[in-house]
Amino acid sequence: MALPEARIDATEARLAGVSLPKGAAWAAKAREAALARVRAMGLPTRRDEYWKFTRPDDLLLPEAPAAALFDPNEKPVFSEIDRVKLVFRDGVFDPAASDDPVEAGLEIARLAEVTEMDVHWASGLYGVLEAEGHDPVPRPFAALNTATATDGVAIRATAKARRPVSLVYLHENETSDVAMHFLVKVEAGAEVTVLENGPAAARFNKVMEVDVADGGTFHHIRTQGRDHERRAVTHIFARLGEGSIFKSFTMTANGILTRNEAVVTFTGDNAVAHIAGAALGDGDFHHDDTVFVTHDAVACESRQVFKKVLRNGAVGTFQGKILVRQGAQKTDGYQISQALLLDEDAQFLAKPELEIYADDVACSHGSTSGAIDETALFYLRSRGLPRAEAQDLLVLAFLAEAIEEIDDEAIAADILSRLEGWLSRHRKG
Amino acid sequence: MLEIKNLHVKLEEEDKDILKGVDLTVEAGKVHAIMGPNGSGKSTLSYVLSGRDGYEVTEGSATLEGADVLEMEPEERAAAGLFLAFQYPVEIPGVGNMTFLRTALNAQRKARGEEEVSAADFLKLVREKAKALKIDADMLKRPVNVGFSGGEKKRNEILQMAMLEPKMCILDETDSGLDVDAMKLVAEGVNALRAEGRAFLVITHYQRLLDHIAPDVVHIMADGRIVKTGGPDLALEVENNGYGDILAEVV
Repeated sequence: MALPEARIDATEARLAGVSLPKGAAWAAKAREAALARVRAMGLPTRRDEYWKFTRPDDLLLPEAPAAALFDPNEKPVFSEIDRVKLVFRDGVFDPAASDDPVEAGLEIARLAEVTEMDVHWASGLYGVLEAEGHDPVPRPFAALNTATATDGVAIRATAKARRPVSLVYLHENETSDVAMHFLVKVEAGAEVTVLENGPAAARFNKVMEVDVADGGTFHHIRTQGRDHERRAVTHIFARLGEGSIFKSFTMTANGILTRNEAVVTFTGDNAVAHIAGAALGDGDFHHDDTVFVTHDAVACESRQVFKKVLRNGAVGTFQGKILVRQGAQKTDGYQISQALLLDEDAQFLAKPELEIYADDVACSHGSTSGAIDETALFYLRSRGLPRAEAQDLLVLAFLAEAIEEIDDEAIAADILSRLEGWLSRHRKG
Repeated sequence: MLEIKNLHVKLEEEDKDILKGVDLTVEAGKVHAIMGPNGSGKSTLSYVLSGRDGYEVTEGSATLEGADVLEMEPEERAAAGLFLAFQYPVEIPGVGNMTFLRTALNAQRKARGEEEVSAADFLKLVREKAKALKIDADMLKRPVNVGFSGGEKKRNEILQMAMLEPKMCILDETDSGLDVDAMKLVAEGVNALRAEGRAFLVITHYQRLLDHIAPDVVHIMADGRIVKTGGPDLALEVENNGYGDILAEVV
């Protein structure tokens, strides 16, 4: 079907300054194909159903809107975790600031290197899960990323890695417009944890393609930096083999535009996927979690747990779908999206969806938005907790179900302290 | 300890007095009981004293050791030594009982300018107090009151009281929903806290709790006022004859 002219114009305007990075023949082909996908789908407009809650305008501008740099003036998250640190400054890998990317059980290479060579596991993954992820809903920013991303890393786990790979994004240029692409291949029975933190750029487009083979385990814990003015659209595409485990948790505090999409497909039986998020927003904060889980195998378990704490005009949105294909019997699907509105100006928009074509499944979803429980607040205060402390305690209690999705206790404690810090800085005063 | 004078209270949303001039003085070291029929204003009195929203004091005063409690925030009242054991303890999912107890204890200490209790000292203290109330480690770990039985909730209230060591303890129908064994356990917990510098105001429908927590003074409340005050015998009189005779007598 031909696209409307307005959409073609908008898409071409965005693509005007775009050039495809050089690389090996397979990479060039993958990038050209991705660009063709962008043109075929067209970039989203405000009228798109899938972008109803989130305006894509800032993502469509030819140049990134400026975002002020921000010094959080604290030790970054994950600092105390024993990890393989890889640092990117406005989307460019900085080897001097990074650890030597050597870890038993892992192969780690820069995207630029991988796309210049013929690494078959990488060429078989780059843009592949992204390309499969447009059915039934197009995700053109992800295709744009595959076409234009200049840096990132490819990680292959061949055994159980002891230390997590920690991607650290630094934002140093007020108008940086960055696309980064990551590949994660978890071989059968292997295990890796990927951490991400930092604001990355004024405008950030990130794609991570994760292929977990039978019995493999992938853990992902991400915090999105406190730089408030950044715009970010991120996608994680995952394909899960038999008996594999995929767990992804994201904490977001601040940000005027963040859209995090997760597209997860079970291709092997008895696999597990948990996707969780805790978002804290104040003022002109807009946070969008868009999740699409496809059960195409038997007896898989998926959990989506998304919690948002919003105040003072902040907007949170959630679009989450569980699609159970015919034959995906014994599916266990769970989805919860909840917002705690700390005042009457905050807004939560949610669209939970179930689409089921198998008859022997257990699926549930729930979505709520509510205020602080005044009875509980009074109970805590009557025991001596000042109002602000009592409220913070109730907010953390609200977020607990999402935070519990982090398996590693040290990381969970680190995340919790960040949440506490944010709350104490954003108390109604 | 607690001095209430001519206290008039109405619901914020309604123009109707619930308390119509309560006068009550509770001395340090004493246990006072308030009995009265349903709707007499007993629970309202406890809520107003602890600072719950929704009530408006239209006249009168309430002081704790001379300080005006009605002017204080609920947490300030707690730090000043006022404690209300709730008739319906609130369930708080996601907040661990231990975390709650420690945060509350340290918040009060901080408000009074005292040093916070260390994690180790706290643990020792809470274990000792919990044991006396037959509260096991599991109950301490669970979220506050979530999944607790009626008796467990009330014991948890007494544990909080034991940990926070308030000066003025108000027990709002602590016996409701308790079987005899649970009531004994709760009463023992309260009796163990009886001390020179501490006073109790025990609000109850029935005399049976007062078999276990012996009061020094018994008040009868009706229609928003204290209508009769007497010794422990007064509770027995209510038990034997109901409220009818007493109320007829005072009207």
